[in-house]
Amino acid sequence: MRHIISVLVENEAGALSRVSGLFSARGFNIESLTVAQTNDPGLSRMTIVSSGNDRIIEQIVKQLNKLIDVVKVIDLTDQEHVERELMLVKVCVKKKDELEVKQLVDIFSCKIVDVSDRTYTIEIAGKTRKINAFLNALDFALVMEVSRTGVTGISRGRTVL
Amino acid sequence: MEINGAQILINSLKSEGVEYVFGYPGGAVLHIYDALEIQDDVKHVLVRHEQGAAHAADGYARTSGKPGVVLVTSGPGITNAVTGIATAHMDSIPMVVISGQVPSPLIGGDAFQEVDAVGITRSCVKHNFLVKDIKDIAVTVKKAFHIATTGRPGPVLIDIPKDITIAQIEPKSYPEVVDIRSYKPTIKVSDRQIKKAAQLIAKSKRPILYSGGGSVIGNASKELREFTRLLNFPITQTLMGLGAFPATDDLSVGMLGMHGQYEANMAMHGSDLVVAIGARFDDRITGNLSKFCPTAKIIHIDIDPSSISKNVLAHIPIVGQVSTVLSALTNELKDAKLADISKWWKQINDWRSVDSLAYQKTKGIIKPQTVIEALYEVTKGEAIVTSDVGQHQMWAAQYYPFDEPRRWINSGGLGTMGFGLPAAMGAKLADPKRDVACVTGEGSIQMMLQELSTMLQYHTPVKIVNLNNGYLGMVRQWQEFFYEKRYAMSYMDALPDFVKLAESYGHMGVRVEKEADLKPALIEAFAQKEHTIFLDIMTDPTENVFPMIPAGGAHCDMLLAGRDEMVSQNETDFNAV
Repeated sequence: MRHIISVLVENEAGALSRVSGLFSARGFNIESLTVAQTNDPGLSRMTIVSSGNDRIIEQIVKQLNKLIDVVKVIDLTDQEHVERELMLVKVCVKKKDELEVKQLVDIFSCKIVDVSDRTYTIEIAGKTRKINAFLNALDFALVMEVSRTGVTGISRGRTVL
Repeated sequence: MEINGAQILINSLKSEGVEYVFGYPGGAVLHIYDALEIQDDVKHVLVRHEQGAAHAADGYARTSGKPGVVLVTSGPGITNAVTGIATAHMDSIPMVVISGQVPSPLIGGDAFQEVDAVGITRSCVKHNFLVKDIKDIAVTVKKAFHIATTGRPGPVLIDIPKDITIAQIEPKSYPEVVDIRSYKPTIKVSDRQIKKAAQLIAKSKRPILYSGGGSVIGNASKELREFTRLLNFPITQTLMGLGAFPATDDLSVGMLGMHGQYEANMAMHGSDLVVAIGARFDDRITGNLSKFCPTAKIIHIDIDPSSISKNVLAHIPIVGQVSTVLSALTNELKDAKLADISKWWKQINDWRSVDSLAYQKTKGIIKPQTVIEALYEVTKGEAIVTSDVGQHQMWAAQYYPFDEPRRWINSGGLGTMGFGLPAAMGAKLADPKRDVACVTGEGSIQMMLQELSTMLQYHTPVKIVNLNNGYLGMVRQWQEFFYEKRYAMSYMDALPDFVKLAESYGHMGVRVEKEADLKPALIEAFAQKEHTIFLDIMTDPTENVFPMIPAGGAHCDMLLAGRDEMVSQNETDFNAV
């Protein structure tokens, strides 16, 4: 099963490689990993999407907790949460398809952030499933390149990491 | 008055009460060596290879319970030490390794003797640091010792660029406490789990205690003895745990696992309750996981939550210091009414009567088991025994019953050949009055021979018991059993004359070829308190380690010495017990 794991780590050189090294050394998979500084400049927050059975996820959480730089770990999937991913996609559009692309952008509530001769760059944010659906819907156009941030997430309500 | 970074480092080691540093100088650590030279409190042991430094510090740590300290230079200095660091990491040994690094401005530029020490060691240390500012040296040392010695112990590396060690600063007093917000190793033991575990223990009709390295490293020997004797339960110990509970006690059923005793493995297989105490269900212990302890509930006590339910699902996990948890359980159970386990003991004693450590003597050939038995007799079971890795390691563990913790020093997790000799040197420095024997083989000893030189320089007299069978014995044994006797590269031709070799290093050497000479040679060797003596003992090249669970087997599938058939007890109806 897919799990979204949030990790609060000391904002120190090497913290990212400790985490990613742990995943590769122990054979855990990473579907995506995002990391950036939090409102406390001493701390970074990572969001890792991984999959595995309950035993594997339990080990991932325990092994992450064991890292000295890790302050806190939670499995967001265990609770009510919001998850978002952002994608920039560049498509090459024929004249006849222009309208359809603009309609799709409306339907998916995303926006065109750059236009050039025959290319559109579209920004879309949402759940991974929505982003995948948007990519599928674009199949009539020529997708030139895609850049996705990977998932970030936060719990709902008053719960904090 | 301002002092330099190297002096701050040495002063910090002094404040930590460091007695010995095991190391080897080089360009990046010259300032540190200069600072060592101008003081007398921290003594330095100059090894002959950095791997030897790490193993010696490790042997010192395992014997004394204090952290071992290693000092090596950048590049090959630290890469040579990696095997020793990984060895300590696998066995949870407290160690602080200081490595020199090229000057800060050169880092990343492929400078002379530059390696990414922090990157290379990341997966085999508990934590590591790169010091970037002279102001951070003292606090980093403080943190390193704190991390290395608390929680589940382990090695911590501090990489220090050369320019930081020569920079000058007004020294501050050494920090007394350290607070790391992301590292809180003290864990309050859950009362609820203690109560639940106690209930299960009291009800069990076929219990077994399975104690590991955590009982030794966690200094829980006293609590383990009280707990086991209160319950009158059978106890088996892992290779890493030997000695925490006395092997000669009637409650002890011996070591378990691949080369464990029949009664220990059978008791695991037939039990209805396994209490794992500071043990981690290693594959050499469990054998085939799908057939492991089929009828048992598992209580798992460990300081490291990630050890619990990693390989085997624990029904009742208890996270905490082994000593604290065992005291709490003893307290909870001291007035409890326990189930009658006399039938279980009768069954265990039946298994005991199989005498799985019996072996056949052959006239004219020295059996390796006989050597260990003689060693036990001559040292009255009171020596510190270090070992290398292979058949001799298993025989030492099987035929030298350890009654006290920190007497059996071996590389259990990583299985590092070459460990024994430098570890013996470290052990002798930690406990100079006690006899130290290094049980080894002609394969292993050659991986760290150069430390014989260090041992002369620092006067650490140990007795080297070399079980010389001309073969990499454990490899040969597997090839005999599983590769139709194709002995690929397990025979070592052209061995050195170990007697002359020992003599050329300034020690004494004795070759023993007849069993009649064995005991007199051992007695004479241990009488020579001031000398390192190399006993090169010619042993049976065809002898195998028994009992044995073949890879993929269950605890009830054991090969015993002198029997062609596997002894399998799958049919036993344990519920009738």
